[in-house]
Formats: sequence, C-alpha cells, structure tokens
Amino acid sequence: MTTAVQQQAGASRIKKTRKPLTVQSVLVEALKYSLLIPLTASFIFPIFWMFSSALKDDPQVFTIPPVLIPNPAFWENFIDAWNMLPFNTFAFNTIFRFVLPVTLITVVSSTVVAYGFAKIKWPGREFFFWLVLLTLMLPWAVKMVPVFLGLRYLNWLDTYYFWTVTALFGHPYFIFMLRQFFRSIPEDLSEAARIDGANELTILLRVILPLSKPALAVVALFRFLWAWNDYLGPKLFIRTQENYPLALGIDLLSSRADDVGRCVRCLPYLMAVSALVALPVIVMFFFAQRTFIEGINLTGTKG
Amino acid sequence: MSLFSFTRRKYTSTEKRNLKWALLFISPWLFGFVTYELYPLAASFYYSLNRYDLIRPPVFLGFNNYIELFTTDPNFPQVLINTLYYVGFGVPLGIFFAFLIANLLNQKIVGRTFFRGVIYMPAIVPAVASAMVWQYLMNVQFGAINGILRSMELPIIPFLSSPAWSKPSLILVLIWTQGAAVVIFLAALQDVPKSLYEAASLDGASAWQKMLNVTIPMVSPIILFNLITGFVAGFQEFTIPWLLTEGGPMNSTEFLLIFLYRSAFVNFRMGKASAVAWVILIIIVIFTAIMFRTSARWIYYGGES
Repeated sequence: MTTAVQQQAGASRIKKTRKPLTVQSVLVEALKYSLLIPLTASFIFPIFWMFSSALKDDPQVFTIPPVLIPNPAFWENFIDAWNMLPFNTFAFNTIFRFVLPVTLITVVSSTVVAYGFAKIKWPGREFFFWLVLLTLMLPWAVKMVPVFLGLRYLNWLDTYYFWTVTALFGHPYFIFMLRQFFRSIPEDLSEAARIDGANELTILLRVILPLSKPALAVVALFRFLWAWNDYLGPKLFIRTQENYPLALGIDLLSSRADDVGRCVRCLPYLMAVSALVALPVIVMFFFAQRTFIEGINLTGTKG
Repeated sequence: MSLFSFTRRKYTSTEKRNLKWALLFISPWLFGFVTYELYPLAASFYYSLNRYDLIRPPVFLGFNNYIELFTTDPNFPQVLINTLYYVGFGVPLGIFFAFLIANLLNQKIVGRTFFRGVIYMPAIVPAVASAMVWQYLMNVQFGAINGILRSMELPIIPFLSSPAWSKPSLILVLIWTQGAAVVIFLAALQDVPKSLYEAASLDGASAWQKMLNVTIPMVSPIILFNLITGFVAGFQEFTIPWLLTEGGPMNSTEFLLIFLYRSAFVNFRMGKASAVAWVILIIIVIFTAIMFRTSARWIYYGGES
C-alpha cells in the first residue's frame, strides 16, 4: 500500500521535472507555431474577409491596400442587403419547407431502418446491408436526369416534396452510421426486454433510443447542414423566386451585383447576405464542435 | 410440410417473427431503393440510349450519344481533360496538405481544438457563401489578393480570368475545403500506438524515418479512404466551380458535372446528359477499382489480410 503510494508520488515527481530547455527544443516550438499560425490565419481569412467586407461602403471596397477592418463600419448593410430581395421568404422556405422537415424525417426513418439492420437477426440481412453500402457509391450525377423527369411527371417541380419524400426512405450514410452505433449497444439489454415481452418497436423506443442520443445528434446535425448548404438540388428543381431557398437567393443577388461599380454597395451587400447565411452554421459549429468531430470520425474512419 | 420443406428448412416461429419485424423496419429503405436508386439507374441508362428533348417523345439511338461525346462533340474531350486535371491534381494535393496539417496538429500544441476548428470551418460554410467570397478575393480589379500584390508593386494574378490560372485557382479553393480530411487524419494519428514510436526511438530512428515507417503505414487505410471519397466527390464537383467561373474562361473549367448540367438543363438534351452521367459513373467505378486493387501493395491493415 505504502509502496504503491510512494511509487505514484515518484511517478508524478518525474512527470513534473521539465525537459531541459535546449536551443533545439525552443527552435522546434517556434517552428511549430510559426507554421501553424499563418496556416490557420489563411484558412480563416476568407471567412473573416466575408464579414469584414460586409461592413464596408464602396470606397472602402476599392481602397488599395485592402482595408482589413472597416472604419467606419456600416452595420446597416446587413439589414439593407437582406431587404434587397425577399430574403425573409427565402429563409422561411429554407427553414420550414426544407431543412427542418427533411432533418426530422431523416432522423426517424434512418433510425428505424438502421435498427432493422443492427438489432434484428433475419436471413438476407447481410445481403441487403451490402446493397445499402452499394447505394452509397452511386453518384448523384446518374440520378439527376431521371429524378428531374420523375418530378416533372409528378408535378413536383418547384416544390420541396422531393426532399421530404426521399427523406422518408432513410439516408444510406446515416443508416450505415446508426447501424454501427446500435451494434455497439450490448445485446443483453434488448434480450432482457424481449424476455419481458417487449416487441421490437418498444425495444427501439425504450431501450435503444435513450442510449443513442449522441448518434442521433450527429445525424440531425449533418442532415441539417447538407440541406442548409445545398445549392445544386434546389437549382435543378426549384424554379420560381417565391420558392427559392437562401442558397438560390444569394445566387440571384450575385447575378444582380455582377456589374460592380454600377450599383451601390453591391459587393458589401453580397458579402453581408453570404455572412448571414453562413452565420448559423458557424455559430452551431462553436456550440457543437464535439458533435461535428464525432460525426466525421464515426462515418469517416469506419467507412 | 409444404413444398418449401424440400428446398429449405422450415423457419422457426422466432425466425418468422424476426423476418416480419425486420422487413417492416427496413421497408422505407427498400421502397426507396427500388424507386430512388434502382429506377433512376435503369432510367438513366435507358435515356442515355435515346434522344429526348422533353417535348417530343424519346427516339432510340443506340449508343450514338456516347459515340457523339467521344467523336464529334467539340467540347467533351476538353471537359474530360479539365476534370482529370482538377481531380488528378486537386484531390491528391488536398489529401497531402490535409495529412501535413493533421501531423502538425498532432504535435504537442496549446489550443489544438481551436486550430482544428478553424481549419475545419471552411468545410461546413455554405458553398455558395464561400464561392461569393472567393470570387471577390480572386477578382483582378478589386480582389484582396491582387490588392495586396498591387500595393507591393508585384504583378497581379488573373486567378479566374485566364485559362492558365483558372484550374489552379479552383484547386486552391478545393484544398481550402479539406477540413474533414484533416479531422479524420488527426483522429487516425492519435490512434497510432505510442509504443511503436518509442520502439522506433530505441532503434535510433529519425523523425523522418518514423514518419515513413510508422506513421504512414499505420494511417494508410485512412489515406485510401480519403482519396476514394475525394475522387468520388471531385468528379461530381459543381457548386464552387460553377459559381466562380461557370466553366470559363474559354471552357477551361468546364467539368463533367457542369457539362452534364448544361446538356440537360440549358440545352434540354436529356439523352446526351444521361450518357455523360454514365461516363461519370464508369470513371468513378474504374478509379475506385484501381485504388482498391493497388491498395493491397501500399496499405497496412494491422495484421488482417
């Protein structure tokens, strides 16, 4: 007992003794940060530039050398830019017709399907799961034309039905991820519930789901992000301006801003709207950085 | 004792119940698989064999759409070269830088979470917003980069307005968005057992030898994963190139998906566009197959074969 304590004390004393400060170790430290800091700065610069330019007026835009921090800052740009086009409508479409329904439906459907692949033993399970993985490889490019023609046939162009209906099918990426997660939950738990007479749905709801909140958060976060950032999908299937999501709204504003110099504060306005659309994602990232990183690693390293 | 007992054993009641439940659970996916995977795949191939302009009914052409792409189409060879250039340089370069950055972050660093977060952020910012700011940054007349060059009395760079610079510029933006690969690499690097490095140190290995003989073999499956997902995404890249250059200048950034988009939704040649889609599919399949086939030679799977 005493020896163990002594050993521990000894070990912690060893840990505390610092390495001698050699010229070489100082140089290595300096090199590390002199690489890392400029590198990080250049990664953040475009995002910083977006926010900084959003606050400028036209003379500040055209000043050489470029103005890093605008003084005076024109905060009203954010409001004026937002009112250049019906961005309230675009935001409503993005949030309530696109992102929220698709995220909610995807979480539910992917969970249900993943449970069928993870927690129930049935003949053909491996084969069908292999098909799920195969569809992960199928490029979206191949589906574009048939899906467009299908939506045209169903009269679903210019609506968000495409995203909400396909969300019902579950997403192969998340089915895969959730299946891996569910399989890591000990079989004893669901077996015990089965013996108590619970059916599969009850087991999913009462046993598995309470343990799966982190994984569900990852699914919700990424589906939210993909929908929020999607540009090509709406570009193909959404036609009229009143149905535009934010991504198409920015694009529309940019086509108006194309002749800079002939319109007032076009560039600051374009940057302001881009910044406003990027802001929720950035804020979310700061609050949920761990969920993001977990999500990437869950899907990444196990793929 | 029905007919089936000849061919297969009878399922027990538990197995039957399980199968019933399982089919119920996976039925949303199964329905989607048929309508949203199998059908589009088959339909896409069917349309690729037809001429279809949305107005007149499809006309069967056999493989003429494909033949046209590779023989008489004035732009398609250039499109293929553009895409192979962009993907062939951009993806490996992106992975290379992501690997270097991850190694840098894997050192003892104060504020690693912060640095990792900043480097990952461009990967999640909406591509439309990124495209807007990059277009502005790279502008010849009033872009910040050229503004700095100008104020230092250096020659300006026509990033997006010259065919020589357009592809490298888009590759630069592609590298900027590789944050997810950095995060994946970093996690893999942190999983490499410390004992391996200690053993290498005892054997007198230099930092470079440790990198070559410990780090790279241990994370090689992740390199393969990042390369494959990078290639699959790269061949289908649309948003940023489209918003930055719309395929120009002089078709120098007309990539496969932009060409497909133009064929289908500008020129309304659904058949030709479907043929392009199948070319993309086949290229992706070939690339992936090559990567997997050759991977056995350079991938270390920790004792598994």
